[in-house]
Amino acid sequence: MPGASAVARRPVLPGFVRATLGFLRSQPFAIAGLAIYLLFIVMAIFADQIATHDPREILFRGAYRVARYLPPSATHYLGTTAGGRDVFSQLVHGSRSALKVGVTAAFFVVVIGTLLGLLSGYLGGWVDRVIMRISDIILGLPFLPFVLVISALTRPGTTTLVASVALMLWPNTARVIRSQVLSLRERGWVEAARVTGCSTPRIIFVHIAPQVAPLAALYGSIAVGWAILTEASASFLGFGDPAAISWGLMLQDAFANQALSRGVWSWFVPPGICIVLLVLAGFLVSRGSEKLLFPKLGD
Amino acid sequence: MKRFGARILHAAFVLWAVATLTFLLFRLMPGDPTLNFLSDSFSEEMRADLLQSFGLDKPLPEQYLIYLTSLLRGDLGVSFLQKRPVLDILMAALPNTAALTITALVIAYVFGIIAGAFLAFARGTVTEGIAIPAALITRAAPEFWLGMLLLSWLSFAWGIFPSGGANVAGSEFTSEWARMTSPDFLWHLVLPALTLALYLQGLPLLLMRATMLEVLNDEFIVMARMKGLSRWAIVMRHAARNALLPVATAFALGLGSSFGGNVVIETVFSWPGLGRVLVSAVQGADYPLAQGAFIMIAAVLVLMNMVADLLYAWLDPRVSVGARR
Repeated sequence: MPGASAVARRPVLPGFVRATLGFLRSQPFAIAGLAIYLLFIVMAIFADQIATHDPREILFRGAYRVARYLPPSATHYLGTTAGGRDVFSQLVHGSRSALKVGVTAAFFVVVIGTLLGLLSGYLGGWVDRVIMRISDIILGLPFLPFVLVISALTRPGTTTLVASVALMLWPNTARVIRSQVLSLRERGWVEAARVTGCSTPRIIFVHIAPQVAPLAALYGSIAVGWAILTEASASFLGFGDPAAISWGLMLQDAFANQALSRGVWSWFVPPGICIVLLVLAGFLVSRGSEKLLFPKLGD
Repeated sequence: MKRFGARILHAAFVLWAVATLTFLLFRLMPGDPTLNFLSDSFSEEMRADLLQSFGLDKPLPEQYLIYLTSLLRGDLGVSFLQKRPVLDILMAALPNTAALTITALVIAYVFGIIAGAFLAFARGTVTEGIAIPAALITRAAPEFWLGMLLLSWLSFAWGIFPSGGANVAGSEFTSEWARMTSPDFLWHLVLPALTLALYLQGLPLLLMRATMLEVLNDEFIVMARMKGLSRWAIVMRHAARNALLPVATAFALGLGSSFGGNVVIETVFSWPGLGRVLVSAVQGADYPLAQGAFIMIAAVLVLMNMVADLLYAWLDPRVSVGARR
């Protein structure tokens, strides 16, 4: 009886795991998104094992002839670059920097945005006014030009990119969290906590924060995509970390070395597909969780 | 009218804050702007002269005052490298950026609105199953990569369109208008505008579809259906008109953000617009030009944010200005 073992096993699963599994079964979009994330995480962890060559190594064929623009083959799955490096190995290692940029930027967007949104919404008054005015100003700054100017005026690199992406994106999260908190703070249980003598920090972080966590996570999954797209664009324009191996830099390398006019599709198409998939995964996950968060909106 | 005034004041405040932030950014960051400009053969005296001519020898508060007053007069200084007024350089680039942005936005929104309205009726069909992920993919793709694909395919492989620039090198025109209406310019515009439109159409499409679905359940639609109106009349005269509201706002917002967001597309297609001016100024450490380009892009963004808010309040009297962002 196949059913019996399932029934016997079920109580072992903690409640939240079961809830997550149930949610996933009803959300094909979210499953697809998570599967893509998983694929790239595996790729990043085992990059050294999956890659066929050292992504930085200049390869030679025969005596002192750099292996430039080699077509895809059994040894070079996606051919080689103008500098004689293996495209496939660069692609695999590029997943590391993409995930690093995406996840750290999203982390800071969520933390800063949630924190300021909570304070702004719950405390109100001048705290609210100051935070909202700052977010107004940031929304008046053009996104990519600002990132470029910051990168140019400081040291270009991954840290600068992540910091400026976090700086530019927190207001969206903060505003949404704030409006959520504005309605939550009027609820009875918050009033009850206040009456029983809970301190303000305790009400904010213990009682209200968990309620807005799913919303924050939704904005985080979108921020992952934004950060990766921004890193790619900045790298493409020459404001990335030149020592890193990233998909944006691969595309810049290909563009600058006439990959387009030479028709080396195997060089400039795969990095773009990887970016699309990873950003798309964030959209899919957030679309899926949107249904959970705002059932009315669902399609 | 009072709300109208308040919204304009708010935009003025944001503009002032952005201008101040820009000033501080460019002054307080480490590094001497003249270092990139001067060659080693310059004497200390010549360097001091140069600093003076750009007003960089004065104390910071005084520099700030000069900066703000000249900004108000529309004086953005002189480019370090090109030795021309920054405003002239920007004004030469602005029409190209405007042509690209507006063409792309119009294509994107006309397509997006029609396709979105259509998809609202195609719920649960195979078409929807293909169209929605496709729209999401175009929004997930880096603009410059879409541009690279179109370039390699339509320009390099098939040779239909030129690979870059806004006009054939060396061509001359009697006026700016004659240049921008010349077949040559329009031919050069096709690929960059198509790329940008491809990237932008996802938003109006998804937005139109979502609001249509919402509107179609409203009572007045049920009423129209009961009156026996044709499906086409219901869609065009009743549903679409109401669903267009958020799309119109998104259009204004898109206009503002695209002016700055064009940076990468203008680079891929060597399109001589504002974004490219900014990138090359930043790369060449041409601070007055970079600062001027940044402020101009930001000003367009702030103005269009304001227009979007006012438009929304004007189209939907139920909303008060400032209540919704």
